[in-house]
Amino acid sequence: MKLSREIIATEDKRKLQDISGEEVLSCYQCGKCSAGCAMTSAMDLLPHQVIRLLQLGQVEDALRSQTIWVCASCLACSTRCPRGMSLPNVMESLRSTFLRPGDRCLNPADIPYELLEILPEQALVAAFRKYT
Amino acid sequence: MVYSYFPGCTLRAKAKGFDSSALASCKVLGVYLEELEEWQCCGATFPLQIDNSFPLVSPARTLAAAKKAGRKLTTLCSACYNVLKRTNHVLREDLDKRNKVCTFIEEDYFGDLEILHLLEILRDEIGFASLAEKIVKPFSGFPVAAYYGCLLLRPPEEVGFDDPEAPRILEDLLFALGCSPVDHPYKTECCGSYVVLQPGEPTASPSRLIVESAKSRGARAIVTSCPLCQFNLDYVQSGDVERGENAVPVVYFTQLLAMALGFGEEVLQFDGHLVPPGPVFRSAGVGGCEGAT
Repeated sequence: MKLSREIIATEDKRKLQDISGEEVLSCYQCGKCSAGCAMTSAMDLLPHQVIRLLQLGQVEDALRSQTIWVCASCLACSTRCPRGMSLPNVMESLRSTFLRPGDRCLNPADIPYELLEILPEQALVAAFRKYT
Repeated sequence: MVYSYFPGCTLRAKAKGFDSSALASCKVLGVYLEELEEWQCCGATFPLQIDNSFPLVSPARTLAAAKKAGRKLTTLCSACYNVLKRTNHVLREDLDKRNKVCTFIEEDYFGDLEILHLLEILRDEIGFASLAEKIVKPFSGFPVAAYYGCLLLRPPEEVGFDDPEAPRILEDLLFALGCSPVDHPYKTECCGSYVVLQPGEPTASPSRLIVESAKSRGARAIVTSCPLCQFNLDYVQSGDVERGENAVPVVYFTQLLAMALGFGEEVLQFDGHLVPPGPVFRSAGVGGCEGAT
């Protein structure tokens, strides 16, 4: 890939930083976030790889990743990050980029009834907040 | 000792046993939890988008109401505790957000309310040593693993609950109740939270790892303070129960406390649990669980 200032500093990337409040360039790719992440077995990209894509301006690739939906916002990564970056904020900003146009949502009818019967309310409220 | 009490939505619906065991135990310990006259759902997750203050409105309303009640606020659910504590922090530190939110809800609130988890009240206001003296049905060394999860501990600079990597408050409580705390490496790992609801492909849940790590070190029960952790660790074992395999019950710390104080099933309300705790405690003959299912 040939990189240029135009490729790296895109408008999409600036928007993500406005939503998340995080500067992705502050990351030096130590990988501590990925090493301690509880959800990596279900991820296609490791958390630090998503950050690397954003550093290089590849916002579209980051948005296509399953990782942003798998992140459970447990904050293990941000608690341990030597650069003090909140990756969960970055993941949330990527999800928001998808969700803010308002054409994607978690449909209550898709949730199996047996699960609805036993799920704590906390899970439902949180999931609607995350996926809608 | 009187505290304002924020139960939160889950404790009044799927996690009734958490609520009832806490209220009954506190009464015996001389702690009165006075439910806030007006409260609403905390929102279950703290907003991670810094350009959107709207999700702060609901917890801010609760905090402003609690401030007017004039007492320290306590809550039991890890999610409520996390959201209320973080919202309080934002309203205290971020003038711009405070102005925006407080103007909207038409309240003057400065983020100056003290919020305590019930565990903190047990440790700091009652003291585990004097709690131990009130135990009538001790657990006689019954091995229990503490599971903290994320919301009680992180982010440490805002929640300030315990050491984020090596917490001990639950173990100290277990010790006071006469249990043997079982140390295990996954006690601060995430259980997967609401990924069970993720649209599309089902994702691997880390809950299995957590349960196995506790089990392989000899734990016969797991204790938590979060209804979603309780559900996930329970749910991942529901197949084991059907197949008659060895499963470990996942209970709230208040349920263990209530058992040790001599309460029975009408207070413990184990009926919603997928791994029935009653038989495990009964077969071990601990915690006064004669009446428990």
